[in-house]
Amino acid sequence: MNTVPVEYGLVLAGILFTLGLVSVLTRRNIIFMLISVEIMLNASGLAFIVAGARWMQPDGQVMFIFILTMAAAEVSVGLALILQIYHQLKTLDSDAANKMKG
Amino acid sequence: MLWLIPALPFAGAFILVVGGSRLPKGMIPLVGVSSVALSAVLTLALAFDFVGSGATSYDQRLWDWLDVAGLSAAFSLHLDALTLVFLFVITFVGSLIHIYSAEFMSDDDGYARFFAYLNLFVSAMLILVLADNLVLLYLGWEGVGLCSYLLIGFWYKEEKNGYASRKAFITTRVGDTAMAIGLFLLFQELNTLKIHEVAAIAPSAWTTGSPVVTLIALLLLGGAVGKSAQLPLQTWLPDAMAGPSPVSALIHAATMVTAGVYLIARMYMLFELAPLAQLAVGVVGAVTLLMAGCSALTQYDLKRVLAYSTISQIGYMFLALGIGAWSASIFHFMIHAFFKALLFLAAGAVIMALHHEHDMFRMGGLRKKLPAVYWTFLTGAGSLAALPLITSGFYSKDQILWIAWAGEKGNTWFFLAALMGAFITAIYTARMIFLTFWGEEKTHVSHAPGVQMVLPLVALAILSTIGGFVELPHTMGHLTAFSDFLGPVLPGVTLRPGAEESEWILQSIAAIVALSGVGLGYYFYVAKPVMADSLKRQAGFIHQFWFSGWAMDKLYDLLFVRPFVFLSNINKQDIIDKLYAGIVSVSETMHRMFSFTQSGMLRWYLAGIVIGAIAVITIGLVS
Repeated sequence: MNTVPVEYGLVLAGILFTLGLVSVLTRRNIIFMLISVEIMLNASGLAFIVAGARWMQPDGQVMFIFILTMAAAEVSVGLALILQIYHQLKTLDSDAANKMKG
Repeated sequence: MLWLIPALPFAGAFILVVGGSRLPKGMIPLVGVSSVALSAVLTLALAFDFVGSGATSYDQRLWDWLDVAGLSAAFSLHLDALTLVFLFVITFVGSLIHIYSAEFMSDDDGYARFFAYLNLFVSAMLILVLADNLVLLYLGWEGVGLCSYLLIGFWYKEEKNGYASRKAFITTRVGDTAMAIGLFLLFQELNTLKIHEVAAIAPSAWTTGSPVVTLIALLLLGGAVGKSAQLPLQTWLPDAMAGPSPVSALIHAATMVTAGVYLIARMYMLFELAPLAQLAVGVVGAVTLLMAGCSALTQYDLKRVLAYSTISQIGYMFLALGIGAWSASIFHFMIHAFFKALLFLAAGAVIMALHHEHDMFRMGGLRKKLPAVYWTFLTGAGSLAALPLITSGFYSKDQILWIAWAGEKGNTWFFLAALMGAFITAIYTARMIFLTFWGEEKTHVSHAPGVQMVLPLVALAILSTIGGFVELPHTMGHLTAFSDFLGPVLPGVTLRPGAEESEWILQSIAAIVALSGVGLGYYFYVAKPVMADSLKRQAGFIHQFWFSGWAMDKLYDLLFVRPFVFLSNINKQDIIDKLYAGIVSVSETMHRMFSFTQSGMLRWYLAGIVIGAIAVITIGLVS
């Protein structure tokens, strides 16, 4: 079985992570920010899988399942919060939600 | 029964303070006068008892006041002949002045307040003279200082009165500080502040003239100088005339200002052990009596003349203390209390009759308008000028003059100073009489004083005439009732051998000096009034110098007030506070910076986290 070299997988994970990070920083719509966070989570999950395949260890997959579970929980809580923000502010612009300004 | 004497006026003050203006107007003088009058009656009863029993002293311990680390100051009273003389003067002159004030102050808004202060003063003064330890004495000492402050500034709505009262308070505080240090030192050395214990221990603890006892005596002298308005702390007394006239009579003539004399007489054993300090007492007295006498010559304000004259007469008492003439000093104190209280009360009556006119040059012709005041004032003035034979002032002052010449510690300089002082006194007394009561009328008399004011005047006039006859010199009758009475408390005077023969010569000199002073006053102010004016023009500088009290106020302004104001101006911003203000401003700036980062913008937070993470990773990789 041909294995994909570790470097490729890690570079892909890094690209995905950077994409997610940049879009979290640039997007103003909160839903898109949440999606970008999901991309970043999946990028790190990919890095675990690649590492687990490289050293023939099951830990990588275990960690991925952890991340998946956490992401599901995070999304549900995040969506609930977004819904509340929308109810309160009638907008999804994260910059408009600066009520915590000191 | 002794404790009732100070307690009664205190109770009076208490009632008046609590009741205040809610009391009916008739009640106020009733409470104020009767409390002191009862004390006077008690004093009289006590005096008969005391003299009858033949005891030399009587103690009454009331309760413990302080008892710390070996210092035990009990609230206990001590009665002996010296105290009795002071008690007598305070309560009797005090009651007469209270009676006078009942009419004098009757139109004033602060009627109850006035009597409350006055009663409190009498009570504090009685504690001062009755105290058997120096701590309790100090309590009375500060109490009278407080009342003096309150009463000088009694008409507090005028700014200059408040200024005068603060000046008096602060100036006397300088002396009080010296006295407190003296007491600390005394306690450190002897481990007791009870007066009779000090008297018992002192002679064995120190040799004559040892530095410690000299220092203590000089510090006590500092306290006495402040209270009794002697050089160099005399400047407060002329300004203290801002208070009502009865206050000037009671506090600033008869009683409080002589507290210094009492202190020195009471602690005479220390001064006998410190000849240097005793000499200092005499020099202070001699210089003060001359300086104040010269100032009195130039004043326009009737009350200021009397104030300077008071300083000068207390100078006589200090001089007498300085030459060891203890009982002569107390004798002069008693006589002075009578005639000076009389003069102040009469001056108050004159000023009130003329609508608060203080300037003597705008008075005149009052001899016919206010005969009762004129005759009583004349009696007092005669005593002040020491007119020979008929006035009591002659006998008391002559005794001091005589001892200054013939006493063991006397010398020619003291004698000449005292004689010169007597001459000046006679001149300014005559000036006062002639300007105020003679000549033509210059200000209209609005109303004559009532019977409540005249009665104390008459009583004091009688006292200041017959008071002198309890002690007569060797050449005339040789009666020594007063010094015999004080004998158990204060030691007598040793004369230089062979001096007795010259006594009558000195007496005639003193008499001639007094009479010629009055004559000179008559010549200047009645016979040739132009002369006084031309003299004033020719010696304008000296006149101005004396008028301002030897420019002492200016000197102190230059020496103490200006540097102090300068320093406080520098420190107005509070230099030390800058440090703490700096801490505050740094934390405020940082607070502003951090609160700026709390923008509420989610993406900025994220960017912050990312930058932080990159930085941490970079550091981790590089190192």
